[in-house]
Amino acid sequence: MVDKVKVNINGNDYFVPENYTILKAAEENGIDIPTLCYEEGLPITGACRMCVVEVRGARKLMAACATQVSDGMEVLTESERVVEARREILRLLIANHDLRCLTCERNGDCRLQDYCYRYKVEDTPYKGEVKDFKIITDNPFFIRDYSKCIKCGKCVSICAEVNGAHVYEFINRGFDTKVTSAFDDPLPETTCTFCGMCINVCPVAALVEKSTLWKGRPWEVKKVTTTCSYCGVGCQLKLKVKDNTIIGVAADKSGSNLGHLCSKGQFGWDYVHSKDRLTHPLIKREGEFVRVTWEEALNYIAGRFKDILSQWGGRALAGLSSAKCTNEENYLFQKFMRVVLQTNNIDHCARL
Amino acid sequence: MKKEILVCQGSACVSSQSRDVYDALESELKVRGLEEKYSLKPTGCHGFCEQGPIVLIEPEGYFYCQVKDKQVPKLVDCLQEGSVYEELLYKSSETQEPLKTRNEIPFYQKQKRLVLQNCGLIDPESIDDYINSGGYSSLQKVLSMEPDEVIKEVKDSGVRGRGGGGFPTGDKWYYGRQPQADKKYIICNAEESDPGAFIDRSILECDPHRVLEGMLTAGYAIGACEGFVYIRSEYPLAVKRIYSAISQALEKGYLGKNIMNSGFDFDVQIKQGAGAFVCGEETALIESIQGNSGMPRPRPPYPAEKGLWDRPTIVNNVETLSNIPIIFDKGASQYARIGTQQSKGTKIFALTGKIRHTGLVEVPMGITLREIIFEIGGGIKDDKKFKAVQIGGPSGGCLSEGYLDFPVDYDSLIDAGAMMGSGGLVVLDESTCIVELARYFLSFTRMEACGKCTPCREGNTRLLEILQRIIEGEGKMEDLDRLETLSRNIIDTSLCGLGQSAPNPVLTTLQNFRGEYEKHVKERKCPAGVCQALLSYKIIQENCKGCGICMKHCPAGAITGEKNQPHNIDADVCAKCGECVDKCPFGAIVPG
Ligand SMILES: Cc1cc2nc3c(=O)[nH]c(=O)nc-3n(C[C@H](O)[C@H](O)[C@H](O)COP(=O)(O)O)c2cc1C
Ligand code: SF4
Ligand code: SF4
Ligand code: SF4
Ligand code: FES
Repeated sequence: MVDKVKVNINGNDYFVPENYTILKAAEENGIDIPTLCYEEGLPITGACRMCVVEVRGARKLMAACATQVSDGMEVLTESERVVEARREILRLLIANHDLRCLTCERNGDCRLQDYCYRYKVEDTPYKGEVKDFKIITDNPFFIRDYSKCIKCGKCVSICAEVNGAHVYEFINRGFDTKVTSAFDDPLPETTCTFCGMCINVCPVAALVEKSTLWKGRPWEVKKVTTTCSYCGVGCQLKLKVKDNTIIGVAADKSGSNLGHLCSKGQFGWDYVHSKDRLTHPLIKREGEFVRVTWEEALNYIAGRFKDILSQWGGRALAGLSSAKCTNEENYLFQKFMRVVLQTNNIDHCARL
Repeated sequence: MKKEILVCQGSACVSSQSRDVYDALESELKVRGLEEKYSLKPTGCHGFCEQGPIVLIEPEGYFYCQVKDKQVPKLVDCLQEGSVYEELLYKSSETQEPLKTRNEIPFYQKQKRLVLQNCGLIDPESIDDYINSGGYSSLQKVLSMEPDEVIKEVKDSGVRGRGGGGFPTGDKWYYGRQPQADKKYIICNAEESDPGAFIDRSILECDPHRVLEGMLTAGYAIGACEGFVYIRSEYPLAVKRIYSAISQALEKGYLGKNIMNSGFDFDVQIKQGAGAFVCGEETALIESIQGNSGMPRPRPPYPAEKGLWDRPTIVNNVETLSNIPIIFDKGASQYARIGTQQSKGTKIFALTGKIRHTGLVEVPMGITLREIIFEIGGGIKDDKKFKAVQIGGPSGGCLSEGYLDFPVDYDSLIDAGAMMGSGGLVVLDESTCIVELARYFLSFTRMEACGKCTPCREGNTRLLEILQRIIEGEGKMEDLDRLETLSRNIIDTSLCGLGQSAPNPVLTTLQNFRGEYEKHVKERKCPAGVCQALLSYKIIQENCKGCGICMKHCPAGAITGEKNQPHNIDADVCAKCGECVDKCPFGAIVPG
């Protein structure tokens, strides 16, 4: 059992586990602290400084995401000093950002915009050097538009810590810092597995799926939670649907995959709208596939099973299951084969 | 006693050809068959580097400066005669009297050389020299004490970190001792990233065993068996000497298993850094040892709790560790008599800039800036006027004349908006433009920042752009307020000490020299005559003889005038190159 400590946030006392950060303590008590580089489940880097709060007795502002609570701590999350600091950080970020929001793919779904709105940052007084990069389109799945990157480092972390591919790093130093692949190499030449998790954590439009480009504004896109049909893990994901057509995939953190996906779940959904896709059962009659009803098809299969079983016995039957099935489905499958069809000839496609 | 000829082989003397002097002495002694009679030894630095190469004759203590290899035969003549080679002695700048020994020279008189006590006097590559001068005796004492007693002694001494922050070393060790862990580490921070400082380098080059002894004590105190020396690879001589110290200490049983039969084991490894300013910051340094890029981590957790490979780790600066043997030699209470109430012991400064005597000086805490600059440093060069002193490295503060009688200790410096930092002390005279100075330091820290956190990465660039505008004559009065608020925000919100201090030069120059900023902005003038874009030249009519030389040399054709009549400069055409000022034989052209 973790001990609880008393923390005062904005004048109210709360009792929270002592291993909580200020951010978590606030979040659980309905107090919203803005964050750009924090992502649950990823290492805390304390890079963006958006979450700074005033802690009584501390000389400097503290990052709420990186600071653990302690008993008797007094925190102000929206004091004048805090708000002014956040506004300054936003002014600095937009001073070095491609601000063409009108046509930005993340317009309306962008943390940078949200916080500028929340803190009434309409413009920046800092008119100086702006980093301007060409959009990189080096792979079939997503673009990298580093003129929009705010260097939160979340893509670096998720790729290294969750995927293990270690594709991205901070390169160069100081103002010239850029978050990209080693030596800025094209992604197909790196260890990238195109899982796309990086695009899902990016808080701005620096990493965007190609399939969504110019396909609709974020508010026109419906997000439909579903289960990935590729493998037995059964990852949860959200299909981005516009006019009844899938245009992309967003992370869904409710399932056991915690929002993490592989390249198939993230990018392998185009079969859904394929014209070649089978949409009803077929039976081959006189060398031709003929469309039938499900009932007809299942009756036909059951009949053939029975015939073979009575004529040749269970050893004449074999079952091959699919990696797309869940463990439970595979269990039922082998049970059915053994008990009903009386055979031990059971195998799985993953052994092929 | 056999006469000793000690030839400095510190980096600065080596660069002024002290190796040649050493070689010449060696062959001269051989030719004359005197090798047995005199002992010739390489030593580390005396700190008086501008006077190098330095040769010291013991036991007389004759202190020869700027020795050249061709002077060696005469030097050996003098040795044999028992006389002094007068031309090689340092001459008092006031009386021109030659001064025979080191202690007669004003540069050394106000110093208190404790940490540097062996520097220049022992052979840094000989462990026996170190032992003979009392080395490793404090370790012996330490190993007979309980670790908690060792920590208490360090606490009682009041010694604070010399790496910049000034954190009490005893407290740090106490925090490192508390956690239970399968492994703990001691890291000696020898990154010395401040470009003007060469203190840690000198200690490692002159007296590397002192640093090892400090590390061993720290290791014993917190229960660590492994240490790292993180040193920049641009310090090849220091690297070589610490390597050789480690192998000698291993051989003699001061490192390795069961040290001095105490049951205590300790090993030291060297990790060479690539020389990034930010890698001196302890968490970035730890990342670098772990093989990652040098980006600071948020603190807390502090390294004492979770450091190298997440184990409790004590990071201490070279100079801090070098103080440790002194504390145990003298005893904490004796040690605590040196310095001020809150800052104990001595501090070494790298004295540079527009000052007569530059070099390394070790002074008791609490000494005034005036004493350092005017007594030890001999005042401003070329009889110019003192203007400011930048103390604490590139992210320290720039103090004006009003602070000259301020005591130099951790807390007074912070109160003044500066900091002890790494011990860099750059003295500036009236020919320095304060805005340009702030721009210069900021351009360094901006380039050296790791780029991880927003305020430092983006903010320092904007500060720099504003300063650049002011220098180019395009500043506005609002810019001065912007500089101030943005600086305060960067300090308040940055992740690590680099961002939290980088704007210091801007803030302190604004605070101490606001008038000079205003002149740049309101009058478009640079009082020091440094900012090119703000310069204008005029010809003093009374002094001009109308010789026409300036007109001939002006590449822009901005000067007009009749022969033998006073000439004039057309400010709109003038390219501000200053060529005419140099060429006028009558000194008639002046900025203004
Ligand atoms: C940007 C930056 C650079 C630093 N560089 C150095 C350095 O070169 N050497 C050093 O000893 N400490 C340096 N420090 C301080 C270290 O982080 C750390 O506090 C120090 O090594 C602790 O040792 P001490 O307690 O003995 O002073 C630096 C700190 C910052 C923020
Ligand atoms: S797609 Fe996956 S593997 Fe590739 S860079 Fe992004 S997170 Fe890393
Ligand atoms: S690409 Fe996106 S996720 Fe990666 S650092 Fe930039 S803003 Fe952050
Ligand atoms: S303050 Fe500067 S050096 Fe330190 S983490 Fe931030 S960007 Fe890096
Ligand atoms: S969210 Fe805390 S520093 Fe970025």
